[in-house]
Amino acid sequence: MSPGVFIFLAALAVISALGTVAQRNPVHCLLALVVTLLTIAVIFIGLDAVTVGFLQAIVYAGAIMVLFLFVIWLLNLQAELRSAPGYLALKAIAGLLSAGLAAELFVILWHAPSAAGAQAVAPAGYGSIGMLATTLFSDYLVAFEITSILLLAAIVGAIALARRIPSARAVAPVQAAAETPVRSEVA
Amino acid sequence: MLIDLLIEAIKAIIVVVMVLNLAGVLLWFERKGSALIQDRIGANRASITGLGQRIGLPNLGFVNTLIADPLKLFTKEDFVPEGADKFLHGLAPFLALFPVIITFAVVPFGDVVKIGSRTITLQAADVSSAALYILATIGIGVYGVALGGWASNNRWALLGGVRATAQMISYEIGLGLAIISVVMTYGTLDLQVMCHAQGGVWFGFLPRWGICLQPIAFLMLLIAGMAESKRVPFDLPEGESELVAGYFTEYSGGKQAVFMMTDFAEIVLVAVLITVFFFGGWQVPWLYRDGFHFPGGIHFGLPQLLVAILGLVAFMIKTIVFCWLQILIRWTLPRFRYDQLMRLGWKGLVPLGLANVVVTAIVIVLASGAH
Repeated sequence: MSPGVFIFLAALAVISALGTVAQRNPVHCLLALVVTLLTIAVIFIGLDAVTVGFLQAIVYAGAIMVLFLFVIWLLNLQAELRSAPGYLALKAIAGLLSAGLAAELFVILWHAPSAAGAQAVAPAGYGSIGMLATTLFSDYLVAFEITSILLLAAIVGAIALARRIPSARAVAPVQAAAETPVRSEVA
Repeated sequence: MLIDLLIEAIKAIIVVVMVLNLAGVLLWFERKGSALIQDRIGANRASITGLGQRIGLPNLGFVNTLIADPLKLFTKEDFVPEGADKFLHGLAPFLALFPVIITFAVVPFGDVVKIGSRTITLQAADVSSAALYILATIGIGVYGVALGGWASNNRWALLGGVRATAQMISYEIGLGLAIISVVMTYGTLDLQVMCHAQGGVWFGFLPRWGICLQPIAFLMLLIAGMAESKRVPFDLPEGESELVAGYFTEYSGGKQAVFMMTDFAEIVLVAVLITVFFFGGWQVPWLYRDGFHFPGGIHFGLPQLLVAILGLVAFMIKTIVFCWLQILIRWTLPRFRYDQLMRLGWKGLVPLGLANVVVTAIVIVLASGAH
């Protein structure tokens, strides 16, 4: 990737990331975040991590952000007011956390190896789906399996929380007092 | 250097022009085809000075659908409702069309052409992870519809947008699983390599096309693809009696035409994907790079350029056949109910697709163990 392209993409990513936090309308914020994620996907592809780049576009921009959009619609979020009163404690905590993040980044970048010793050309097949799969299913197999079990548990938990259990409704105090049988519409 | 750039530009322009023109011609297909199916005459009013009719030609409605309709749409007032998000309202139709158009960049529409010392691959962009690229662009196509519904400041439009979004992300899973089984079968994400693998014949008569190896994936791709393009029987995002026109209720003129164009471009996309994955792409049975090799040892030599052109023509014919199949289905079947649609997507296509992937994997392992 030539430096010009990288600077253009990086600037676009930073500007849209700023748009994500600075805009007032939640849907506009979300769109700016989508632009950020897509730009990062293109940077990945430009740096030879092709599979990761496409997965970034499919999973983050194509699926997770759509779910965010649904949540914004379902909660009926409105544009926030400028200079909203209160939330002083939240703002203070947010400031502290961002300062911590900036310090962490600074420390990491300080100790990062210089570009002089870096590999200029990626080895053949680097970033391809074959190499990614080989690494994932040999060196990181245990982590991969644990992650999949974790996700499965999360799905089961979400379904268990979302499911309405008829017997739980039957013992609810209002219904018990009214002495009505479980209504069929609940099931 | 300049010539290379020029060749790339010409290939890109050919692909875009091909898709946009085919999408326009499909409008004629749709109107005259539906008339044919319903035993009507269909569009036959507009004519340029009645020239063709004076010499006794029948009016086939070309002027109606290819000139008069687009002219009418693009000269209409472009109305933006009050309280709408003007920027997103204007952006949404293009956000819907753009991902569909760029998907065609990775589709191989022919074999290589050798001109002098130069070998030109008939494909706008030779991307090695093309299957992933297709999934990515289809995933991003959701935003145009979703934001079009939201930005209109209209409840019907919003409900239509929500429905369309839910439908598209549900059927994307079925679509992805169908593509995964094809990718496993050929062991590559590269569409050009897939097309090469589908050349030749089995037993002298059966083309080595993907449909023979993955018939279930073909049906899944057809169903999920039609659901992605949001047309009957999957046109739940619109409905006159409940949602008016769904997410494009508040669109008029050129922007509505762009949404319509997106629908037709998606039909072309589904047809092209089916052609490439399951019907050999540009492959013609018995045609190899040096000419026809019929069973029984009959050889019929052809120049290389003619073979490439034959492949291109075969690709176009296959694409048009599957466009026509989708229009035929649209005018034949009644629509689903929304719960039926979701049940088909989640309880039908997803388990079927997973089973297909598992069976494909077992067969691949057994076949590789046999050698």
